[in-house]
Amino acid sequence: MGLKEFLFLLRGLQWTVALAAIGFIGGGIAGLFVALARTSANKLLVAVTRGYISVFQGTPLLMQLFVVYYGLALVGLKLDAWVAVAIGFTLHASAYLGEIWRGGIEAVPRGQTEAALALSLRYWSRTKDVVLPQAFKISLPATIGFLVQLIKGTSLAAIVGFTELARAGSIISNQIFEPLVVFGIVGILYFAICWPLSLFGAHLERQFAQGSR
Amino acid sequence: MNNANPSTSAEPMIVFRHVEKWYGSFKALTDINLEVRTGEKIVLCGPSGSGKSTLIRCINHLEPYQKGELLVEGLKVGEDPKIIDAVRREVGMVFQQFNLFPHMTVLENCILAPMRTRKTPREAAVATARRLLDRVKILDQADKYPAQLSGGQQQRVAIARALCMEPKAMLFDEPTSALDPEMVKEVLDTMISLAEEGMTMICVTHEMGFARQVADRVIFMAKGEIIEEAPPEQFFRNPQHKRTQQFLGEILSRH
Ligand SMILES: Nc1ncnc2c1ncn2[C@@H]1O[C@H](COP(=O)(O)OP(=O)(O)OP(=O)(O)O)[C@@H](O)[C@H]1O
Ligand SMILES: [Mg+2]
Repeated sequence: MGLKEFLFLLRGLQWTVALAAIGFIGGGIAGLFVALARTSANKLLVAVTRGYISVFQGTPLLMQLFVVYYGLALVGLKLDAWVAVAIGFTLHASAYLGEIWRGGIEAVPRGQTEAALALSLRYWSRTKDVVLPQAFKISLPATIGFLVQLIKGTSLAAIVGFTELARAGSIISNQIFEPLVVFGIVGILYFAICWPLSLFGAHLERQFAQGSR
Repeated sequence: MNNANPSTSAEPMIVFRHVEKWYGSFKALTDINLEVRTGEKIVLCGPSGSGKSTLIRCINHLEPYQKGELLVEGLKVGEDPKIIDAVRREVGMVFQQFNLFPHMTVLENCILAPMRTRKTPREAAVATARRLLDRVKILDQADKYPAQLSGGQQQRVAIARALCMEPKAMLFDEPTSALDPEMVKEVLDTMISLAEEGMTMICVTHEMGFARQVADRVIFMAKGEIIEEAPPEQFFRNPQHKRTQQFLGEILSRH
């Protein structure tokens, strides 16, 4: 395998990172609203978001990407692969992050909200100043764990013709007939990104466990 | 000092009229009638589960009530969220578990609400917070996080945090029950000095020494009802109801 092929793989890696970043940022923003809706006092919002989360957690990501790309094309909405995949990952991530953060929000002791209420803080201040900082801290290890899953999950974008790292690998492998070498390198590239993140997540988890003595 | 207390005026600040509260099908408050005048200090006691917390939490609407009416400075606490907001700005609360915000320093805990709800500029909020932290003798800890403080220190911060809103009344829900015995006094001293300055106070506590020293009236609750109500002298020397006598016997033998 030559430099040219390796650079092609790196370009695939770039897309993988970009895709994970879009899914994580888009999913993070949408997931925040899902988590807030899920923990709100409004029964309808709670029910709707509960359903939303169940659907995305109960079906494979592959199928979700399929539906967004081919399904929407069937009803006449032809999306660019890039846009379709970005939407698919955002929806997927928003459901998972929403659920992770819901757990974090609910783990913040009730007394915190009560103290904030007694100080006459309004909903937005209670949420932004008091609850969310604590909820995010509680949820951080799980959030990082999900990010690692999301990075690996980007390989599924290949099915709609998107050339991220895994697909770049198969293209090169078909060209130079050295699948072991090529996929070995692809594996190392995934590992080089995901492993430090996993370590970081585990480190935070240990730190919080100590902090809450 | 009860009736001679010069800061006590005739004007009622908090009024319960036939207030009743249910948790689901469980009746937690039955026909509560109570008037608290400006500057008055009330001590509320009674066995566990008698509804003491529920009663004071109705005042700032941490708990809704279902029947009767509850007025704070003439405004009915109930449906109107604006009134609830206004009442919460005027009535501070101190909890058994302190409930300080753990991710903020002592100073940040104190300036948050004035900045957010009173729109006090940061500098003014900091100045007020420092003055009140000094008053509860904890100014030197202003930049620490709650977890770095002892329970007694945390509770004094919680009192200062509530005072930063410059409330007209303060509610205390067993403020010393979660403290190690050696820290109880520092918190009670803070409350006593607050009382001496004329703050209107309703304190759920079993600290009978505190009740004797500062209360204008002691109220005894059992099973969601106010059973007895008297100035501390009379309450301790000559309790009228059997339930009160029994309760006082238990409390006093414990100390
Ligand atoms: N959120 C709730 N849901 C259902 N029942 C409740 C709730 N909060 C309190 N209760 C019940 O209402 C009754 C009064 O509770 P409350 O906390 O007011 O008692 P208390 O006098 O403050 O007791 P303690 O001395 O233990 O703090 C109790 O029987 C309690 O079990
Ligand atoms: Mg209680």
